[in-house]
This record gives sequence, C-alpha cells and structure tokens, in this order.
Amino acid sequence: MSVIILFMAGVAAIAGWWLSQQRLTAKPWLEQGVMVDLREEGTSSPPAAKIGLGVFLAVVGSLFALFISAYSMRMSMVDWRALPVPALLWLNTGVLVLSSLALQWAYMAARRDDIDGVTIGLCVGGASAVTFLIGQLAAWRQLSDAGYFLASNPANSFFYLITAVHGLHLMGGLVALGRTTAKLWRGAGTIQLQLSVELCAIYWHFLLLVWLVLLGLLTGWTDNLVDICRHLLS
Amino acid sequence: MVDIPLDTVAGIPLAEVGEVELYHPRSWWTKYVFSQDAKVIAVQYSLTAMAIGLVALVLSWLMRLQLGFPGTFSFIDSNQYLQLITMHGMIMVIYLLTALFLGGFGNYLIPLMVGARDMVFPYVNMLSYWIYLLAVLVLVSTFFVPGGPTGAGWTLYPPQAILSGTPGQDWGIVLMLGSLILFIIGFTMGGLNYVVTVLQARARGMTLMRMPLTVWGIFTATVMALLAFPALFVASVMLLLDRLLGTSFFMPTLVEMGELKKYSGGSPILFQHLFWFFGHPEVYIVALPAFGIISDLISVHARKNIFGYRMMVWAIVGIGALSFVVWAHHMYVSGMNPYFGFFFATTTLIIAVPTAIKVYNWVLTLWRGDIHLTIPMLFALAFIITFVNGGLTGLFLGNVVVDVPLSDTMFVVAHFHMVMGIAPIMAVFGGIYHWYPKVTGRMLNEALGRFHFWVSFLGAYAIFFPMHYLGLLGMPRRYHDIGETAFVPASAHDLNAFMSVAALIVGFAQLVFLFNLVWSLFKGKDAGGNPWGAASLEWQTPQTPPAHGNWGKELPIVYRWAYDYSVPGAVRDFVPQNEPPAAVAAVQGAHP
Repeated sequence: MSVIILFMAGVAAIAGWWLSQQRLTAKPWLEQGVMVDLREEGTSSPPAAKIGLGVFLAVVGSLFALFISAYSMRMSMVDWRALPVPALLWLNTGVLVLSSLALQWAYMAARRDDIDGVTIGLCVGGASAVTFLIGQLAAWRQLSDAGYFLASNPANSFFYLITAVHGLHLMGGLVALGRTTAKLWRGAGTIQLQLSVELCAIYWHFLLLVWLVLLGLLTGWTDNLVDICRHLLS
Repeated sequence: MVDIPLDTVAGIPLAEVGEVELYHPRSWWTKYVFSQDAKVIAVQYSLTAMAIGLVALVLSWLMRLQLGFPGTFSFIDSNQYLQLITMHGMIMVIYLLTALFLGGFGNYLIPLMVGARDMVFPYVNMLSYWIYLLAVLVLVSTFFVPGGPTGAGWTLYPPQAILSGTPGQDWGIVLMLGSLILFIIGFTMGGLNYVVTVLQARARGMTLMRMPLTVWGIFTATVMALLAFPALFVASVMLLLDRLLGTSFFMPTLVEMGELKKYSGGSPILFQHLFWFFGHPEVYIVALPAFGIISDLISVHARKNIFGYRMMVWAIVGIGALSFVVWAHHMYVSGMNPYFGFFFATTTLIIAVPTAIKVYNWVLTLWRGDIHLTIPMLFALAFIITFVNGGLTGLFLGNVVVDVPLSDTMFVVAHFHMVMGIAPIMAVFGGIYHWYPKVTGRMLNEALGRFHFWVSFLGAYAIFFPMHYLGLLGMPRRYHDIGETAFVPASAHDLNAFMSVAALIVGFAQLVFLFNLVWSLFKGKDAGGNPWGAASLEWQTPQTPPAHGNWGKELPIVYRWAYDYSVPGAVRDFVPQNEPPAAVAAVQGAHP
C-alpha cells in the first residue's frame, strides 16, 4: 500500500499548499466588511471546469495508484511469474505520445487563433488515440494467442485489468474530444473552443503519464526502483 | 486577502451570475423529475436514501427478532440471517448515510450556505442522482433474484464472499458489487460538484474562514470520499472478476466441498487492505458532515458563537488527513505484521486528539449559552453524548491487546453503532428538524418531534448500551443462534430479548417521524423565512422555500462569519452574514 500512501501524501501536499494560501489563521469573529480572497484578487482565476478536471484527475490518479499498490503487493509474493511484454506496446506508446503532442498542438493553435491548426490537431489526436486503443486490443490478442489468458496467472490478470481500465479512461476522453470536435464542426471559433481543447490536452497528458508509469511497471523496468523503495520503507 | 474600506464597497460590481448560465426548467418533468436544480436533487437524494433506509430498518427488526427470540421465527434461517446483516450494514453505511449527508444535505446546503445560485455543473449533478437511484434499484433487485442477496457480511471478505457456502453466491454478490460500482461512479459526479462549488462559486466576501462549519464538514468529507471510494471501486472490480471470470486476485488455492477450485495464488489480505483503505475514511465521511451540522445547530440554538471556530476548521482538516493512515486497525486479527499493528494503534489514538478538540469546543459553546431545548438542539445534545460514548469504546478497540479478545464480539457491534450509527443519525434528524422549515416553509410538528426524539434516543441506548456487556461476555457477532454455551448465562438471553423489544419500539418511532414529515408538509405551522433566528446565509433567501436561482436578482454580499449571535449592542440577538456593518452600526446608534 506504499504507492497509494505516497500518492495521498502528494495530494495532501498540494491541498496543504493551497490551504496555506487561504489565511486559515484568520480570526473571522474579529473581522467585518467585505473581504477579498485569493480567488477574486487574481485576474485570471481558472474556470470551474478546469478546477473540476483537476479534482477528477486526483480521483483517477487515486484509482491507478490503488491498482499499482495492489499490483506491487501481489508482485512481492513468491509465486509471481511475470508475463512477456508484446513488442507492440512500444509502438502503442509512441502512438499515444503522438496523440498527446497533437492535442498540445491543437491547444497552442487555439491560443494563437489558428482554426486550421486546431482542426488538424484534434483530428490527428483523436485518430492516434483510436489507433492506440486498437493497438492495445491487438496486444491482448497476441498475448491470448500465445496462451496467456486472463485467468491463467495473477500477472496476466493484472495486465489485462490495468490496460483495460486505462483504455476505458481514454475512451471517456474520446467522448469529450468528440464533443469538442462537434463544436468545431458547428462552426465555433477558437475562443469558444480554447477551454475545451485545453481540458482535452491536459487529460491526454495525464493519461500518457499514467500509461508510462504503468508500462514501466508491467514491463518490469521499474522493478529495481520498486525494490529500492521497498528496502527504504521496510 | 485585504480589507476593503466600507465606503468603496458600493463601487464594486456585484459578482452576478449571468442569467444565461443558469439552467431553466421548461416543463413539469424537468422541474420536478429530471431537474438540474440542486435543491430538487437534494430532496430526491434524501427521499431515496430514506426509502432504502426504511428497508434496512425492517431488516434490523428481523435480525433483532431472531437474536431476541431464537427459534421462534421459523422464516429466519441461518442463511437469511447472514443476508439480513449484510444488507442492513451495506445499506445503512453507504446507501443511506453517505448518500443522505453528501447527496442530500450537501446538495441543499452548499449552494445556499456559500451564496451560490446552484452547483457549478448542474447536468452532472442530475446524472449523479439518477446513477445513485440505479445503484439502489440494482441493490433492491438482489432481494428478488434466485438465491437472494449476498450474505457475505458488509465487508464482503473473500474468499467466502464468492464461495458456494455463502448465500447469494449466484446473483447476490454480483449485483451487490455492480451496485457499489454504480454508486461510486454516481457519487464521483456529485462529489466533483460539491468540491468545485465550494472552491469556485462562493459569494463575494465568503472567504473560506467565513463558511459555516457544515460546509467545511461536507467539503472535507467529499474530498475524502473522492479519494477513498476508488479503493472500494478497485476492490469491487477485482472481486467481480474473480467471481465472473475466474481470475485469482483475492482467491487463494482452496478446496471447496472436496473439490479443488481453479483459483490459485490470490491474496485475501489484499482485499482487506483495499476495503479498509476505503472503509476507515468512510467512517469520517459520515462523521465530518455530522460534526459540521452539530456545530451549527448548537451555535444557533444556544444563541452563542461557536467556540474555537479556527480550531474546529483545523480539526476537520486534520481528521480528514489522519483518517487515511489508520485503516489497518480493522485488521489486527488478520495476521499482518505485528509492527503494523503498533503503527496503526498509534495513529488511531492520535486521531482522538482533533476529535476531542471538537467535543470540548461543543461543550464550551454550550457553556453559559442561552440554550433553547428545541428539537434540533435535543438531537445535537444526543449526538454529543452518543459520539463521546462510541468514541471512548473506540479507544479500547484501537489498542491491539484490547482489540484482539474483543474482535468479532458484540462489543464491536455496539461500538460502531454508537459512533457511526446512532450519532450520525442523530445529526441527520437534528439537521432535518432544523432545515425542514427552509425546505418546505413549514415547521415540523413539535409534539410528534419530541416523542420521536425521546423514544429514539432512550431506545437507542436501551439497544446498544447492554450490547457492550454482551460483547464483554464474549458473545460473538454474526451468529444466527448462540445456543447453549458455558460463557453466556441465561440472563444474557433475557437481555437480548429486552434489546429486541427496544429495537421494535425505536423502529416504530421512525414511522412517526415519517408521518410527521408528510403531515407537516400540509398542516405544519407556517415557518416564515428564518424561524430559528439563524445568521448563516441559507436563512436569508428572499423566498422560503428558496426559488430557482436562490437569491433573486443579486447575489448576497457577505460581511461577517456565520456565528454572530448575542452580539453586545446589537438589537436582535443575531446578525445575518449579509448585513452590512454600516446597517448594524446605524441600528446600534438608534438604540444605545
């Protein structure tokens, strides 16, 4: 459970930092009159949707941290047999990086009011995300063809489960991306699109980050790191 | 943050929400059924939670009948008894208390108390309710499927939860896990709303340190729930896969009925870790909103500002953080490393410190207050007593050496019913009696309310106080029938019968309460806008019940905290949060 504890410590640090800006030492019983807090002082207070996405990412992060915790707990048991990682995953990773870059490109285009750039970015981003999902399915196929079924070994179960959960989150993202593209289709300008595109890009970067961590874990690249952490903690 | 001189306030544009941003219902359906108004959603959440809570109440009657008069009721066999305890626990903890505090009180009070027009994502808020309703319906459907609901205990521990010895192994457990997954998805949608509304939609002048403690409690509990429910989600998904697809996340190699199962190498302890990583914060997810509500009730009905407001806020935040590092105190007997037990016992005892601060502050708020023994106040006082009672037995159980012999006895049952059953329900009732006039515009009937309070409070003690004693005798929990044992004297059986009678009476008192809710809706005394003389913002709405959009044309401006009661020199014994200092000063000048 050390992974989720570390994650929670990170969340607590962010929450603590935020709370420290909120004048929690104020003595409200002595103060009257209109007080202006941080939220109103700042000229560019982030919109509610962006804060909402941030909170949602904390929830999703917690979900994946728990999966990773469970994975590393199970991994430390003696009968653990890792499964071979299909080479296809590396290609998929590349495609996901491309997807993330394309959405970042779309966001930057939206900021400089370049509607064609937005269109290209969104289309490339969406197409490569779909390609990633198809690639993941193909990787599953390769594994099951080689005899590594879902229920035949704990490592297999974790692999299928974690990649499926990640894929589902990406599919949720595709719904949001689809809505943004539909807005573009109906002729919305870059001003109206900017926030939606930015939120999509943030979500994509987050899922890319999660995927890189998962990949490191599933391929065993981070085994040494995990061992070191375990020694440090115990 | 800076103070703005009063004379410049007039020049500040109001933080108005543009009319286009506010959703407007166009038909009866979108106004009362598929409504996006947080107030309607709050009522929907509350009614659904109370309806399913009533089911759980009936289940508890059946359990008590069996325990009090074993062998008398032939329709309760040992399998059904297990199903009763499972469904009772699950419904009460998750589908009643969590949904009612966050979905019900949260939806109603957050926008009104922070001076917002509505939640920030009304559509998602509406979805949240409908997914919750679906989760409840799936849960209820388990009563009607072949094999009935699961009897795995509310903790659903594998391996027994999905093996054939446990009732509900076919459908019950699958639907239960599905229902939990739905509940968590629905809750996450609602929870995002509560958090972002508090962060982003507060009225001008409503700094964090001016928010009523109810909002602080609900806000912190929601943050905790958002981070803790994923653990239950992960555990449910993995258990579901073990049950349906034959994976071995939690299932070790085992022989069942002489037959070697295909499972191998899973870890049941892993499930316990995941479950309690959710399960312990869940205790405080239920307790923190109750803490907040009680703080507000005590302050209003004792006509005194809350003692140690800052400490109260810090304690809420501190409890929220600490509650994530105590989970394994539910697992002292699971066979985990004893050093873990030492660590978790320490953190468990540390969490008593902020909790005790809160109790002291409530008592000091009451000290020399102008205590009005209204029904909300009675429930608030009952909350403090039961919570202290349950908290003290928590100190027993938090210590490894005391916990081990008491584990799985009725003592544990008595402890958690006191601390997270009776105490939060007292806060729920207090809150309902307090805010019902704002929701409906009418007062609840006083005589029925007092009857409800005394029977519920004394009755709850009659049920759960003797239960501690039974636990100390060694009477195990989850047993259908104790039978003849050397360590349980005959008098214990009489005590069990007494507790069962008390439980039936307390249950009937809740029916009186439900009758009161309906009766007062039509025949209750007219409440006016602010019957309790409360200072917080929800009582200052232009209409009662608050109209769509809550605040008329202009959003309120907040000039003070929510606890200005009995201010020396003021004409009335409270100063509303949105009353400008100049107005108070003028009144003070007129009445020296």
